[in-house]
Amino acid sequence: MEQILEILNEIDDTIDYENEKALIDDHILDSFGVISLVSELEDAFDITIGAKEMVPANFNSVEALFAMVQRLQEN
Amino acid sequence: MGYHEPIFLGVFLPVVMLLYQLCTKKLRPWILLLASYVFFWSFSRYLVCYLIGATIVVYVGGLLLEKAKGNRKKWVLGCSTGMLIGVLGILKYSGFVTENVNALAGDTLLPPIKLMVPIGISFYTLQGVAYLVDVYWEKYKPELHFGKIALYMGFFPHVLEGPICLYDNHVKELWSGEPINGENLKRGIMRITWGLLKKMIIADRLYILVSKVYDNYRTYSGLVIVVAAICYTVQLYMEFSGCMDIVIGTAKIFGVTLPENFRLPFVSKNAGEFWRRWHITLGTWFKTYIFYPVSISKPVKKWNKFATKKFGKYVAKLGVSAATLFPVWLCNGIWHGAQWGYIFYGMYYFVILLVEAALEPIVKKKCVGPVWDGIRMAKTWVIIFTGELFFRAERLSVGLSMFGSIFKGFTLQTLWDGSLLALGLSIPDFLCAFAFTILVAVMEHKKEAGLDYYEKLQEYRTPVRWGIYYAFIFAIIIFGAYGTGYQKVDLIYAQF
Repeated sequence: MEQILEILNEIDDTIDYENEKALIDDHILDSFGVISLVSELEDAFDITIGAKEMVPANFNSVEALFAMVQRLQEN
Repeated sequence: MGYHEPIFLGVFLPVVMLLYQLCTKKLRPWILLLASYVFFWSFSRYLVCYLIGATIVVYVGGLLLEKAKGNRKKWVLGCSTGMLIGVLGILKYSGFVTENVNALAGDTLLPPIKLMVPIGISFYTLQGVAYLVDVYWEKYKPELHFGKIALYMGFFPHVLEGPICLYDNHVKELWSGEPINGENLKRGIMRITWGLLKKMIIADRLYILVSKVYDNYRTYSGLVIVVAAICYTVQLYMEFSGCMDIVIGTAKIFGVTLPENFRLPFVSKNAGEFWRRWHITLGTWFKTYIFYPVSISKPVKKWNKFATKKFGKYVAKLGVSAATLFPVWLCNGIWHGAQWGYIFYGMYYFVILLVEAALEPIVKKKCVGPVWDGIRMAKTWVIIFTGELFFRAERLSVGLSMFGSIFKGFTLQTLWDGSLLALGLSIPDFLCAFAFTILVAVMEHKKEAGLDYYEKLQEYRTPVRWGIYYAFIFAIIIFGAYGTGYQKVDLIYAQF
């Protein structure tokens, strides 16, 4: 989880990621932030994030991102 | 039989409601399906076979996708979506292609083609593609029940103009067969009335001025063109969002909640935000099925990494923006119609969004506070009005000519020298359109802030509540643009 927080802060350090639960739904993290995030997560956790994972539910909070990363690592 | 016409609201809808309510729970979805095909038939006659054909492709494609593995799965997806988009392409764009090939060759190389296009094809095709791609991505299992796919594709409230629905969000309510209840009925009728008010009092009134200027665009210049572009933007919003109110209200009567297509688009501070608030379901479709797949494709990812290391995040982001926004806005333009004007419209927003991405770091740092918010909103209005000027023009050359005319004889005197009163609308017409536009703006702001008008009305005593209902109904009867002297105005987005 902390590694994900570090990556998120590198993309935009003005967002309170620990408390935000609607990063995508409330347009706090923009589309290009998401694209950078996907690249960083793939490198850091050695996973491939496919187009089917690109849904708001997977990117709305740190917890959701963590759950997605864990799921993709298990597959 | 448009959604705003008496035959739909006074005959078709009550008959469907009655049949729906009289049938058993199991039969009710079939009544909706039958009603949907009757509705489609009323516009397109035998062209309903295209809708049925597309439904079969979507249904069979979904089943085959589940059985296929590896490359075969990709092949099934390619064939099924290719068939849907291919039919749309041939029907809608073959005439445009042959016309341009012949123009380039300076000779009739290809015979001119004019095919009949079934109404709503651009909307149900996108829904079909969304379903197939979602099944391919294994977001959900393919549907085994043909009726459910058929109703998802052809449900009469959304088949003409959207909103573009996604299968997993939609099908449960659509096939529930729950009886019509009092609350849904009242909510539905309130929403329909609101939509009629927007369309009949504002949009259909402004249509007169807009048509006069656009049909005789060579006669006008300066501020008249600006006024026409602003009036067209307001007309389009009131028309399209009013129609969405009617279809959302109609679906609500049957217990189906359709997605919203507009959320206060005119409060946007930039073009990107505007497109998150305007025709939302189309934007969501492009984002899900074009923008994200392109943005996480290998070449774009490679560029992102390479450019970030070599030139920094800023340049990398601009490159990614260009690569991902270009296909989205090209498709957006083409989707609206086979015309260079629409392609120009798409490219217009592509360039503006790219410029906004380039300026974002400065805007985020320097342009903060309420004054800047106002300036940014005004700038976005100029962007929107300019875009709609081209969007409404019959051809790109007409749009360019009208845009050029703005700078010829531009004088503020036009506002009070009587020029605007020669455009088909009287002073009471202008005042009426203006007053109701303000009413719509205030009420929709309150709704967006969380006010539920239905709940609010329940707090009032019966005479007050019914007084409000009657006030809206009489407002439409008294101020609505209809009857002798008014031309029937077709739904704008149904032509796409």
